[in-house]
Amino acid sequence: MDRERSPIRGAVKPRERAHPTPLTYVKVGTTLAVVTVVEVGVFYLHAMRPVIIPVFIVLSAVKFVLVAMFYMHLKFDSRLFSGLFVGGLMLATAIILALLALFAVFTG
Amino acid sequence: MQQTWVGGHQVPHPETATGLDHRKVLMWVFLGSECMFFGSLIATYLVYAGRSVVGPFPKEILDIPVTSVSTFVLLTSSLMMVLALAAISRGDVRGFRVWLLATALMGATFLGFQVFEFNHFVHQGLTPRTNLFGTTFFTLTGFHGAHVTVGVVWLLSLVGLSFRKGHVTQENSLKVELAGLYWHFVDIVWIVIFTLVYLIGVTTG
Amino acid sequence: MATIVQALRRPTSYTGWWSWVTTVDHKRIGILYGATAIIFLLLGGLEALIMRIQLARPDQTVVSPEVFNQLFTMHGTTMIFLAIMPLNAALFNFLVPLMIGAGDVAFPRLNAFSYWAFLGGGIILNLSWLLGGAPNAGWFGYANLTGTAFNPGHGIDWWVLGLQVLGIASLASAFNFIVTIINMRAPGMTLMRMPVFAWMTLVTSFIMIFAFPVITVALVELMFDRFLGTNFFVPSAGGDPLLWQHLFWIFGHPEVYILVLPPMGIISEVLPTFSRKPLFGYPVVVFSGIAIGFMGFGVWSHHMFTVGLGPVANSVFAITTMAIAIPTGVKIFNWIATMWGGSLNTKTALLFAVGFIFTFMMGGISGVMHSMASSDYQQQDTYFVVAHIHYVLFGGSLLALFAGAYYWFPKITGRLLHEGLGRLHFWLTIVALNVTFFPMHFLGLDGMPRRIYTYDPSMGWDLWNMVATIGAFMLAVSVLVFVFNLVTSLRRGERAGNDPWDGRTLEWTVPSPPPAHNFDTIPVVRSRDAFWEEKHRRAIAPVAGGSGRMDPGEEGGYRPGHDPRHSTIHMPSPSYLPVVVALGIVLAAYGLVYHLALAAVGGAIAVAGLYGWYMEPASEPEDTGQ
Repeated sequence: MDRERSPIRGAVKPRERAHPTPLTYVKVGTTLAVVTVVEVGVFYLHAMRPVIIPVFIVLSAVKFVLVAMFYMHLKFDSRLFSGLFVGGLMLATAIILALLALFAVFTG
Repeated sequence: MQQTWVGGHQVPHPETATGLDHRKVLMWVFLGSECMFFGSLIATYLVYAGRSVVGPFPKEILDIPVTSVSTFVLLTSSLMMVLALAAISRGDVRGFRVWLLATALMGATFLGFQVFEFNHFVHQGLTPRTNLFGTTFFTLTGFHGAHVTVGVVWLLSLVGLSFRKGHVTQENSLKVELAGLYWHFVDIVWIVIFTLVYLIGVTTG
Repeated sequence: MATIVQALRRPTSYTGWWSWVTTVDHKRIGILYGATAIIFLLLGGLEALIMRIQLARPDQTVVSPEVFNQLFTMHGTTMIFLAIMPLNAALFNFLVPLMIGAGDVAFPRLNAFSYWAFLGGGIILNLSWLLGGAPNAGWFGYANLTGTAFNPGHGIDWWVLGLQVLGIASLASAFNFIVTIINMRAPGMTLMRMPVFAWMTLVTSFIMIFAFPVITVALVELMFDRFLGTNFFVPSAGGDPLLWQHLFWIFGHPEVYILVLPPMGIISEVLPTFSRKPLFGYPVVVFSGIAIGFMGFGVWSHHMFTVGLGPVANSVFAITTMAIAIPTGVKIFNWIATMWGGSLNTKTALLFAVGFIFTFMMGGISGVMHSMASSDYQQQDTYFVVAHIHYVLFGGSLLALFAGAYYWFPKITGRLLHEGLGRLHFWLTIVALNVTFFPMHFLGLDGMPRRIYTYDPSMGWDLWNMVATIGAFMLAVSVLVFVFNLVTSLRRGERAGNDPWDGRTLEWTVPSPPPAHNFDTIPVVRSRDAFWEEKHRRAIAPVAGGSGRMDPGEEGGYRPGHDPRHSTIHMPSPSYLPVVVALGIVLAAYGLVYHLALAAVGGAIAVAGLYGWYMEPASEPEDTGQ
């Protein structure tokens, strides 16, 4: 929560800033397209095989973060929204990882 | 009076303790909850990956080139969505309709790809009953497809509503922003599914 | 279809039974939740009594093994989902908007929908008795007992569908309360000035939105296995029944905190009021609650120590489970310290609160015993666990809910519950509770397994089973005393006035029962325990208008006429649509079992209702109804 409180209402001033311009949106869109092309390229590149899983995870994380920050405006909107979303996301990730460990997916 | 930024424009809305609109807080709480929903489905898929007793297996049947195209279509639809929001925030209703219709069409195209894919798999002998891969694959991607379907209906309803006076305007562009948040969420879920189920799935199993 | 729904005239009546169907008033919805939950509580209690009769002596044949399975399944499911959760929800609904100084919840129609969906889920579960047999695989529904191969009837179908509908209701309600508490606090009501009950509502709602999706997915998977022939929990196809256990307990353990955190909030309200002291260590109590909610997601496998997860996993979950006892213990010390040196007003509500601390702590201690994996090997699936969960849920949740009932009944109805009957109720309950459940520890340590329908006389379990059955009948009497008290006090109870207990929080500033719009002027909050401060600071340095009512605030809270947009108190209008949507969902659930055409009709009704809902304004412009 933000610290700027109006003394009477106890209200928090929204820390939302103006959302990006269409140009920014198009730039982000282009980046997303490029990353997808890179992913498919990596898929067919045999030299990448040993590190392919981390590479895919990083590339898709980049796409995920770009969409969430720019298209879903988390970079500009109240931090409360980021908290609500990232909270759910972290918990889900933790539980997926815990289940994979419990079912010995990592250790075989 | 509290002001907030919606889609680039300062618009007034009822006072709340945080200055944020109820509906937008609700949407984010909902999306946080949806993370757990898809998280559980993905966990099931991953736990069962490679445990099918009989084929077809992912490597034999998943088609990376075709799915890359449908992934690209869904990603691009997200760009159309933000452009629609930018248009309505400027008060450009006509532009808003064009971009939103494009978004919905791309969503429908993605669904078309999915119907094609499901149909193809069934012909190849993979149904939800065939093996664990079929069970988990159809459930996970099917729920994602159902979310896309809801999104397409929502977007088309907004296009329809924009022809009724006062329903979709610069002042209540929040309606569009909320649909957009949902749409982008469905998109990022697909980013995860495409990576885990298709790219990594075919590479490893 | 949608136009038909829209063509229905908006309900306008605020009186008569029909107005209860269309109401969106959080207080009326709270009363509906409470009344319905008490009926389900009695049903669940009846199921328990039949089981206790069957087990009173060895080799009894009061019920068949099959019916016994249905009884324990329905007893657990009913008490958790249809009694304690909705009793909590009743208090959330009635109190939270009043406590935070709001006119209603953020989404009044969604709130009404939550209630109707809850009722629908309860009906789906309970009608199963008449539709070919109730579910019979336990409240945890372990795979693959629930598979069609072993469970061909419809019982499990009703269980799956009932829980799904209840899940929708809980999620809708949790979304609503999160937004309400974040966004609708009165001016000056910062988070750290909120009553602890409102805090625990917030934490519980967050647990719900993160835990319920997991059970939704697990139930969907089970449903697909049963209806579509998928292989999620079919071992011959590689499916792993353990996955069900994991998913179930990832939901199921946080669910325990969903049941017990709101009662902790009740205790944190009752003790300060009846000790005439502020809550000891308010921030610590709040943060302990948050910590419990958070850690609750990391302990689930302690329900599965004996399935063979291996020493590493068992150790990890043993440690996290022991760790969660710390914030719980911290709360107990804070409650005791709250009473320490206070001037105790030993009304029934306080008696129940103290009883809660005592019996809940006993349940907590046997819980820590389970957390040691090696010791749990001995206790798993015995009556020791049954004793533990009843100390936590009856001795914990339910006693706190009784405390809450005595505390807030006057606010809800305008009349006090009878104090003498209350004391009788308390003493009967506290004795009967221990007579019933304490012997179960002995039975468990003697090796009596849970969920058996009878036992051999040579086992040596006769005595304590008979004692437990006698205790159960005493409990039944105590609950009847409570219900009698409710019914008679409703008509003949002493008039309460605004503030019968010298309360501390905002709900006591308004008349009992509160008017539909809650506050004539939205209060301005300047401290924690705002009303108490207002009353007692004013008493020292009197200020004009400070006679036991919250000051509307010179600096400009909402005041009629002060802000043109708030020139009248604008109430949300009643609506048919929540009940229409809930009805559609329930019909769809029946359709999934009987005929897909019915499911389609139900789905269409729900979609049409949602569409009408989206198009219907939350309050009619011309309707400023009171």
